[in-house]
Amino acid sequence: MASLITCPHCGTRPKEEFSIRGAAAPRRPSPAARDEVWHRYVYVRDNPKGRYEEYWHHAAGCRRWLVVDRDNLTHEVFGVTDATDHLTAEAGE
Amino acid sequence: MRYSAYSIFKQAFSGNRLWTPAWREPQPKTHYDVIIIGGGGHGLSTAYYLAKEFGITNVAVLEKGYIGSGNVGRNTTIIRSNYLLEGNNPFYELSLQLWEGLEKDFNYNAMVSQRGIVTLFHSDSQRDDYARRGNGMRMHGVDAELLDREQVRRMMPYLNFDHARFPILGGLYQKRGGTVRHDAVAWGYARGADQRGVDVIQHCEVTGIRRENGVVVGVETTKGFIGCSKLALAAAGNTTTVGRMADLDLPIETHVLQAFVSEGLKPVIDHVITYGAGHFYISQSDKGGLVFGAGLDFYSSYAQRGNLQTVEHTMEEGVTMIPGLSRAKVLRAWAGVMDMSMDGSPIIDRTPIDNLYLNCGWCYGGFKATPASGFCFAHLIARNEPHHVARFMRLDRFERGYMIDEAGKGPQPNLH
Repeated sequence: MASLITCPHCGTRPKEEFSIRGAAAPRRPSPAARDEVWHRYVYVRDNPKGRYEEYWHHAAGCRRWLVVDRDNLTHEVFGVTDATDHLTAEAGE
Repeated sequence: MRYSAYSIFKQAFSGNRLWTPAWREPQPKTHYDVIIIGGGGHGLSTAYYLAKEFGITNVAVLEKGYIGSGNVGRNTTIIRSNYLLEGNNPFYELSLQLWEGLEKDFNYNAMVSQRGIVTLFHSDSQRDDYARRGNGMRMHGVDAELLDREQVRRMMPYLNFDHARFPILGGLYQKRGGTVRHDAVAWGYARGADQRGVDVIQHCEVTGIRRENGVVVGVETTKGFIGCSKLALAAAGNTTTVGRMADLDLPIETHVLQAFVSEGLKPVIDHVITYGAGHFYISQSDKGGLVFGAGLDFYSSYAQRGNLQTVEHTMEEGVTMIPGLSRAKVLRAWAGVMDMSMDGSPIIDRTPIDNLYLNCGWCYGGFKATPASGFCFAHLIARNEPHHVARFMRLDRFERGYMIDEAGKGPQPNLH
């Protein structure tokens, strides 16, 4: 139900400890990118139904940014990674 | 059949055997002038005003479930027009004026109750903020009164005025605000549209939008292909899912919002009250149940059910504001999925596809907007230009930098 989140640093913790930022998919464009690219980054969202990666901040714990991989229809959580590790893994692909 | 006191007597003397269904259950025709996707409050009111005000009656409303199964039957039934910004206030005021005449207009008892809404403030700076909002409302010709602590106490003695951290210092009062029986709104609009020739087609899910030469020619549905000259989307909560069928880029994230009702109690809360120290709102239904809710669950969700953490938070807020609530039992809880837009305001606009029209992004303020949303959307569909009061609610406002950010939160959908 996404009531309990297993933080890679702190272990399984209740949802109350986290603050949720939103979609983890958008990638910050270069400062010189065209307005249209920035508009898409800031305002346009894929907003898929189903599997979803989202930034959560462990505000009342380790204060690390995490990426929670979950299903937004069933509320099942598949995995939680540190945001830095997530980006490194993505860059390595 | 027209409803009146006479019709009730007449039916009573014939044993109530002669009532007829409030709307037909038509099979879809092969082609309509306008198809509206979404048989919620906004889709039905759009169809009603298209037929009644703009003379377009060859219209179908396609609803994947049954009428009233979505957000129009899942909200906390509050109506008000206490908005600050020019992009919002005249629109919501039109809506409130339409609510005031609605029952006569569509000949249906929607139990419109203008019991007044009080938004509480808890600090000097919050009082100044509310005074500014009230002044903004009055400059638009809308009623607003700033109440001090003692005035609020006379109206609502049961509030927790002396809370150590969030004492109640007063409230912003809109007397004309109130509640409406939400599912009767869907039924009344469905009946009114049906009487004027609109086909309300339930259990008909749209699975695709067919385009030829850059324009929409019709929709694929679970009841087969249906052609149309104009297509209108009013599927808030599922806007992205439907919009993707037409490759629309949308500034929307879908979130889940919960609502609750207590067991039936004797009359205690005479107004709609919203808490300024948190996000909590409550009123009492005519049946006696306390109807209340608070904020989102805060994560993206398409599930029409919420999380226990939010239940706990809502109850904590309620008990902080009204300690006596701790003795009431919650009877039911439910949830609906919201289009959370990037500035907290809705979109009623044309799209990059010429004959495709968009109505979405209602965040959790869609119910009170139902009449004006339908009226302005019908205006847009019929005349191809925005209604005056909805002229700021454009899809491209984010690109142009003209956000309507009532709360000043920035592009963070779960905070609006």
